[in-house]
Amino acid sequence: MINLESNEPDGPIETQWERTRFKNTLVNPANKRKFNVLVVGTGLAGSSAAASLAELGYNVQSFCLQDSPRRAHSIAAQGGINAAKNYANDGDSVYRLFYDTVKGGDYRSRESNVYRLAQVSTNIIDQAAAQGIPFAREYGGTLTTRSFGGAQVSRTFYARGQTGQQLLLGAYSALMRQVHQGNVKLHTRREMMDLVVVDGKARGIVVRNLVTGAYERYWGDAVLLCTGGYGRVFYLSTNAINCNATAAWRAHKKGAAFANPCYTQIHPTCIPQAGEHQSKLTLMSESLRNDGRVWVPQKAGDTRAANDIPESERDYYLERRYPAFGNLVPRDVASRAAKQACDEGKGVNVTGRAVYLDFADAVKRMGRDGVAEKYGNLFDMYERITGDNPYRTPMKIYPASHYTMGGLWVDYNLMTTIPGLFALGEANFSDHGANRLGASALMQGLADGYFVIPYTLGDYLGKHGNDLKSVDVNDAEFGEAEEQVSGRIDKLLSNKGNKSPLDFHRELGNLMYDKCGMARNEKGLKEAIEEIPKIRDEFWKSVSVPGRKDTLNQNLAEANRVADFLELAEMLARDALNREESCGAHLREEYLTEDGEARRRDDEFSYSAAWEWKGEGEAHELHKEPLTFKYVKQTTRSYK
Amino acid sequence: MSSINVKLRVWRQAGPDVAGKLVDYALTTDSHASFLEMLDQLNRELVNKGEDAIEFDSDCREGICGMCGLVINGVAHGPSDTTTCQLHMRSYKEGDTIAIEPWQATAFPVIKDLVVDRSSFDRIQAAGGYVSVGTGSAPDANAIPIGKAVANEAMDYAQCIGCGACVAACPNASASLFVGAKISQLALMPQGQVERKERALGMVEQMDKEGFGPCSNHGECEAVCPKSIPIKVIANMKREWLKASLT
Repeated sequence: MINLESNEPDGPIETQWERTRFKNTLVNPANKRKFNVLVVGTGLAGSSAAASLAELGYNVQSFCLQDSPRRAHSIAAQGGINAAKNYANDGDSVYRLFYDTVKGGDYRSRESNVYRLAQVSTNIIDQAAAQGIPFAREYGGTLTTRSFGGAQVSRTFYARGQTGQQLLLGAYSALMRQVHQGNVKLHTRREMMDLVVVDGKARGIVVRNLVTGAYERYWGDAVLLCTGGYGRVFYLSTNAINCNATAAWRAHKKGAAFANPCYTQIHPTCIPQAGEHQSKLTLMSESLRNDGRVWVPQKAGDTRAANDIPESERDYYLERRYPAFGNLVPRDVASRAAKQACDEGKGVNVTGRAVYLDFADAVKRMGRDGVAEKYGNLFDMYERITGDNPYRTPMKIYPASHYTMGGLWVDYNLMTTIPGLFALGEANFSDHGANRLGASALMQGLADGYFVIPYTLGDYLGKHGNDLKSVDVNDAEFGEAEEQVSGRIDKLLSNKGNKSPLDFHRELGNLMYDKCGMARNEKGLKEAIEEIPKIRDEFWKSVSVPGRKDTLNQNLAEANRVADFLELAEMLARDALNREESCGAHLREEYLTEDGEARRRDDEFSYSAAWEWKGEGEAHELHKEPLTFKYVKQTTRSYK
Repeated sequence: MSSINVKLRVWRQAGPDVAGKLVDYALTTDSHASFLEMLDQLNRELVNKGEDAIEFDSDCREGICGMCGLVINGVAHGPSDTTTCQLHMRSYKEGDTIAIEPWQATAFPVIKDLVVDRSSFDRIQAAGGYVSVGTGSAPDANAIPIGKAVANEAMDYAQCIGCGACVAACPNASASLFVGAKISQLALMPQGQVERKERALGMVEQMDKEGFGPCSNHGECEAVCPKSIPIKVIANMKREWLKASLT
């Protein structure tokens, strides 16, 4: 039975976190070493949590599927990290960051969690600077900031275009210090395959050693999932190749509710797919829209080269439809308009799924050198990937799946609906509502790991730690979990099909982009809900996974992940169908205002949708956590 | 789509303790495909025929995670000006022969095919590549000013992605560029001063213990480094180590 008690503290929001910390039960320093904590994933959330908990004295075991913790996909975040430092003296405050984040999330997040996030944001910058991270600085030596979308203050700290890399290397170095001291046992090239629940509490995991294929069992007093989002349910995305939802999905099937899966963020300025071979999409900074003009040919099916299409036969559709904002409309509007243009057959590129972003006017206005100074590195990256020179021919762009706001449901303490199982960072659903603002993902991952979980986990272990029954990896629950896992792997390997897992992943991705992507409607979603199980059945009938299970076999690992995406996708579509409103990144075509803007329906949908797994072949059950807004007023976001 | 026919000679090795060999494949691919997507395509063809896929590492595929790395026609990361994943097939001509091998170094044993074990880099990092600052004990970030030029130079070194191309390219399989980059970054930053000596001694000792060779100034590492880490970080490392040893 799912219990959606949010455990939000009462009283004034400004002191909720402080009062919570005071009320928490503490674990005596000498007792901390008696507790085993399993931390799955080593991105910003996982590395920072593992390091911080080990510093406190807990026995920590850390798991990642890459060859080193430093490879986790947090490393690819470019732009920056928000923090309410108000170093710019421009009116920022904890309250403003809180307000902007709730508003940016289109009023679909929990106020208490977001307020705490804004509060601890300032500590993150201190911590990262103390680790020796070379943040961008002013000449006087103080930290510099820049502004980012959704905010009118300058609160984004950065380290060139590699902020995620530098922050992750900071958390990784803290983690490796604890490994060196023997407080963390590191397990690389391991993939979590199942959660072990004993007496209703999370007590262990079964992992697969990706090199030897061996199943390994680990027990713990608590399990932390820091395993990222599920953006690769769309196959093509800006996520890394190995990003997957398996750990979260297996936990979901063991009883952890999954919240708001339909909140998936699509980023408008990515380098489009060049052909069937494409494995991932690369994001280009949104800042390009400051000087680039978006257009498509007026005539559908126009195959002329961009520069051969005269001015009078081009449709600058953003400037035409949104004269006030033009090319600078928000992410979701720009993405949706690009899709519409392509659906009308006006898309460019060999695939017909791209629009032009043209810098010809900018070059005329600013000169080639002026453009190069501002965007040189992005133009170089574009040319490296596409072979086209954007100074001469327009760039081609298309929206891509980028981040998932939905995730495992957690309470104020980041605990899922399974006691002892916590979810941190992108893996949970807690802070971004229906839409995440730029530079807030890094903030949330590190807030959860450095400054939230050390307190909330302590409270859980302080209250329940001594009553946890002692478990052993030879217990029946571990055996059953491993048996299920190995049965599934054996089934994949013994399948004598003729289609690679990649083929199925692509098929699913195409369907999801088409019916469940940037713009959704009842008909399309119902079709998706009918189609997905068919692909899933076909997968288990004709997937081909050659090779052995006892050596490195990446194709087998991919097959296992695709199988889970094929289940998660259906829940995502059902959530999107259920949410009969448009909010944030979730756009339902039936719920638009007269001038085509998103129409929220607060009376009926001011809730987080938490889905409960009811068993194979059974429909998910919907549970609702009502959202109340005591501090932020629910208004309509306006782009006019 | 413009297709291109290439001949591939790919290193196949079933495991760490068995001999490997180059195996020939012919492939028709799209010249717009990235090098790794070309390998994906070959793997898909192999899998659909029921044959074992070629194992190779990659993750972000945008040049920042450091997971990919292949020796292509004898050069670490091949003709790419950055990482292997950023190389595209348009760099090749119709009929080209492309030899693909893993990083070769004692301290990077082959796991399978093109995948090597780089955990030695993690152990070097653990031996001192950090500032010992526990969570919560940091002063305000602006309490210690750092000049813009210093921060920029530290950032040049901090960009290392830990891919190991420097080791693969070095005739001595030295890890000096990797180690030098971290030591140089933290030696520049005020936060790195307290443990400066222990860091230099610890990381260099661990590097030697892992079986990496010494640096003899060939400069191959700098030539292949996808993040343009300059070879002067090795001089910095030697200076830091010498100073720490003598004082």
